Amino acid sequence: MARRRSGVHPYIPNSVPEVQEEMLREIGAGNIEELYATIPERLRLKREMNLPKPLLSEVELKKHVEAVLSRNETCREYLSFLGGGCWQHDVPAVCDEINQRSEFLTAYAGEPFEDHGRFQALFEYESLMGELLDMDVVNVPTYDGAQAASTSIRMASRITGRSHILVSETLSPDKLLVIRNYCQSDLNIEPVTRCPMTGRVDLKDLKRKVSGRTAAVYFENPSYLGCVEDQGKKISDLIHRAGGLSVVGVDPISLGVMAPPSHYGADIVCGDIQPLGIHMHFGGGHGGFIATRDEERFVREYPSRLFGIEETAVEGEYGFGDVLYERTSFADRDKSKEFVGTAAALWGITAAVYLSLMGPKGMQEIGKTIMQKSQYAAKRLSEIHGLSLVFPEAVFFKEFVVDFNKTGKSVKSINAALLREKIFGGVDLSGQFPEMGQAALFCITEIHTKEDIDRLAESLKKSLDRSSKTRVVKKGR
Amino acid sequence: MDMRKKLRRFHQARWDEPIIFELSSKGERGILVPRAEKGIEAVVEDGISKLPGKIRRKTPPNLPELSQMQVLKHYLRLSQENLGADFNVDIGQGTCTMKYSPKVNEQFVRSPKVSALHPLQDPSTVQGILEILYKTDLFMREISGMDRFSFQPASGSQAILAMASIVKAYHASRGDSGQRDEVITTIFSHPSDAAAPAVLGYKIITIDHDESGLPDLKAMKKAVSKRTAAFFATNPEDTGIFNPKIDEFTKIVHQQGGLCAYDQANANGLLGLTRAREAGFDTCFFNLHKTFSSPHGCGGPGCGAMGVTKELSEFLPVPVVRFDGKSYVLDYDVPLSIGKVRSFYGGVPAVLRAYAWIMSLGSEGLREVARVAILNNNYLLKKVKEIPGASAPYAEGQRRIEQVRYSWEPMTQDTGVTTEDVTCRMADFGLHMWSSHHPFIVPQPFTLEPTESYAKAELDEYVAALRQISDEAHLLPEIVKTAPHQSVTHRPRSINLDHPDKWAVTWRAYLKKCEKNLRRRIV
Repeated sequence: MARRRSGVHPYIPNSVPEVQEEMLREIGAGNIEELYATIPERLRLKREMNLPKPLLSEVELKKHVEAVLSRNETCREYLSFLGGGCWQHDVPAVCDEINQRSEFLTAYAGEPFEDHGRFQALFEYESLMGELLDMDVVNVPTYDGAQAASTSIRMASRITGRSHILVSETLSPDKLLVIRNYCQSDLNIEPVTRCPMTGRVDLKDLKRKVSGRTAAVYFENPSYLGCVEDQGKKISDLIHRAGGLSVVGVDPISLGVMAPPSHYGADIVCGDIQPLGIHMHFGGGHGGFIATRDEERFVREYPSRLFGIEETAVEGEYGFGDVLYERTSFADRDKSKEFVGTAAALWGITAAVYLSLMGPKGMQEIGKTIMQKSQYAAKRLSEIHGLSLVFPEAVFFKEFVVDFNKTGKSVKSINAALLREKIFGGVDLSGQFPEMGQAALFCITEIHTKEDIDRLAESLKKSLDRSSKTRVVKKGR
Repeated sequence: MDMRKKLRRFHQARWDEPIIFELSSKGERGILVPRAEKGIEAVVEDGISKLPGKIRRKTPPNLPELSQMQVLKHYLRLSQENLGADFNVDIGQGTCTMKYSPKVNEQFVRSPKVSALHPLQDPSTVQGILEILYKTDLFMREISGMDRFSFQPASGSQAILAMASIVKAYHASRGDSGQRDEVITTIFSHPSDAAAPAVLGYKIITIDHDESGLPDLKAMKKAVSKRTAAFFATNPEDTGIFNPKIDEFTKIVHQQGGLCAYDQANANGLLGLTRAREAGFDTCFFNLHKTFSSPHGCGGPGCGAMGVTKELSEFLPVPVVRFDGKSYVLDYDVPLSIGKVRSFYGGVPAVLRAYAWIMSLGSEGLREVARVAILNNNYLLKKVKEIPGASAPYAEGQRRIEQVRYSWEPMTQDTGVTTEDVTCRMADFGLHMWSSHHPFIVPQPFTLEPTESYAKAELDEYVAALRQISDEAHLLPEIVKTAPHQSVTHRPRSINLDHPDKWAVTWRAYLKKCEKNLRRRIV
């Protein structure tokens, strides 16, 4: 006899006792316990797990979860200027429509015929990214931009047989942590300093550090601190002369107006696709891309899936499959190129939809709009008494660093004041780049209106005025 | 559907859909982008002239041009040419735990209350989602017996990398990393248990199985030494046979000063029955996109929820979520932290889905999930073994936990019809059958995992299709060998994928190779 459970659960069809009994009869077992008798008594959990009482009806569950989530204040309710690796861009409705489709959402690893749609959508993703980057090989997405950078660096090391890696010091400290952990066993990661006025790579320092044992230089364009790097060609030439590779991280949404890194000598290009039609999801909306030229020595070093176009048994029919499957850990375990598995395929499909909607015109226009709005914002903010730009001579794309040192206030306190006005101020850099003192990274995208930017400027002015008055009062005591 | 035979007269959608570049029509727009206001333009002009010439894009990217409905239609058609778990009896992707992902949980993650959160917002404005992260950590502790969890790893493989990083940091903190350069795993554990620790420089020793299908204890005893940094393994392995001596394996490793890391990507048959702690593991992870119902998304985004014992919690990636009695905080003060393995806090939507799923089941419900997963699996085992030509190697007469690696070897011997042929033919019934990970130790393998989500009638339907194909293999093998016939496309050829002058990972590479006559243009 099957032990009767307390109830039938809608997610578990065979929780119905009569069905369980029928199945047990078929198996020839007296009860379900018999079926896991191979788990020894000493390893059994002999009590209930200490978990909350279940919310069995959907009504109760909704009430509960919605109540918890209602304690969040979102970037729709507040005016946000946060960026720094996750950015609030517009997400076209069609992107959400496609990525919520059951066919894509609940599929995993079907065969190229029955999951033809997944293969084609991801092949199209690779192809659309290839156009944006002007490169012929792009992977099925990896976890995020940090992983893409880490793997690009390891690929460069394998290709060159060298272990010395130079990275721009303007990298996000968090990304550097990911890279350092991933490359800890055999690569020597050395930072290259930045020019104080422009935030660009300091070529003198780079020249001094590049040698015949350098596998790659890794820099970003625009950098984490927002600055555009216009010496890409010089940097690439420098590392090429030493026999190493130029690896460049790039914000894909900038590439309608900015030249792709392949135009200034990059050998491996990587980055994050979150700006391309994917919500921020509290940092859950990331996917990483890695692009190279179509050369065997590069392609062989990818750990990722690479979906290629293939013929089928029927004339004239598109099919798809894995290029060089034997590279991957699915085929060759510890002898493979790093490892591969579940990563961010659904976001890859979403980015494909985004780029198809945008087209060449859309990408040009969004780049222009963002640059105009961010320059306007930088101008407005640097006009405020006590504020200036940390990199006054830099060209920037969507982010820029504001210097608060002359205000005598911490970014923390200013952001707290902005918060009261329902504004999320810039990312506080004081902990990440202590040498800058009190500085914050502001992000402007196409979603911000002139009114939004003016409101930020006014609120900042107000909070600084108010705080200077407070200070005077305090002195008077 | 033929209810007597339980077979479907199925044909999948076949739209014969061109590649999106072929649908481009000059001048069309899929979406319009906001322009900077006049007041902005008056101040900064066109904005892009600021870019030095060498860094400006000279020609626009060669993206296709389509109107909105045409983009929508194209990708909707592609979606129809894909077979998600919501459509088929998705028990054929063994080890992947293809279960039901409740729709109400999709509503939660799609709410702006989650999707419109920036990870660097002031913590006071994200107390709801931090509470979810913190409480899911508490749930996972109880389910595994570990003492603290991190949701930062984006997948099972990345969780294995994170565990290996912790192993490395642990030994380094004891001044013991120099000699500990080996990781031991088993041949039926996931390939990433070997591949991810290898990235950190570990030499990998792979333990074979003995005649019972379990990892060979004698070989294990021989392999473990002072050089052992850690043991990485699943249990049950891909065979679904529970290793009752698992605690002996972990003991041997501990005696030599090594750590034990449990790959519980798929723990679907164990919930509430047995845990990592009792088996002697120091760290483990659950794939929230497997056991805990978050959908697989064609291969991510997912989450590898990684747990550690108290002794290892000072090595966790930063930040960790703590509760200070009043509010939830993100704490970066983890003295011996490995740093980070992924941006921000990991696959947050998957954590929210897991939270809601656990809340909808509770302790008894989770155990019922495991019990029914085991019941379904053993029912399927009984039925599949009755099919002529199918077999279940190892552990004859024994029950299995949540999955079984079967073999078509007897049928292949008799008829020449292979696992690959059956995989192709299953698509004609709207079903999927996966072989297994390499290497094919079990000859002509296929791996089935029915989870708790499928009704008895669905299991019967799947078995009926396997039986039908076995009959065909014995009577009309050509039908199977030329399958699929009713799928989106036909059997893929493999003539271009391994040749540098022929492979094409992008449309532009394909066109170039066609122009150079290295490839034939399809269509």
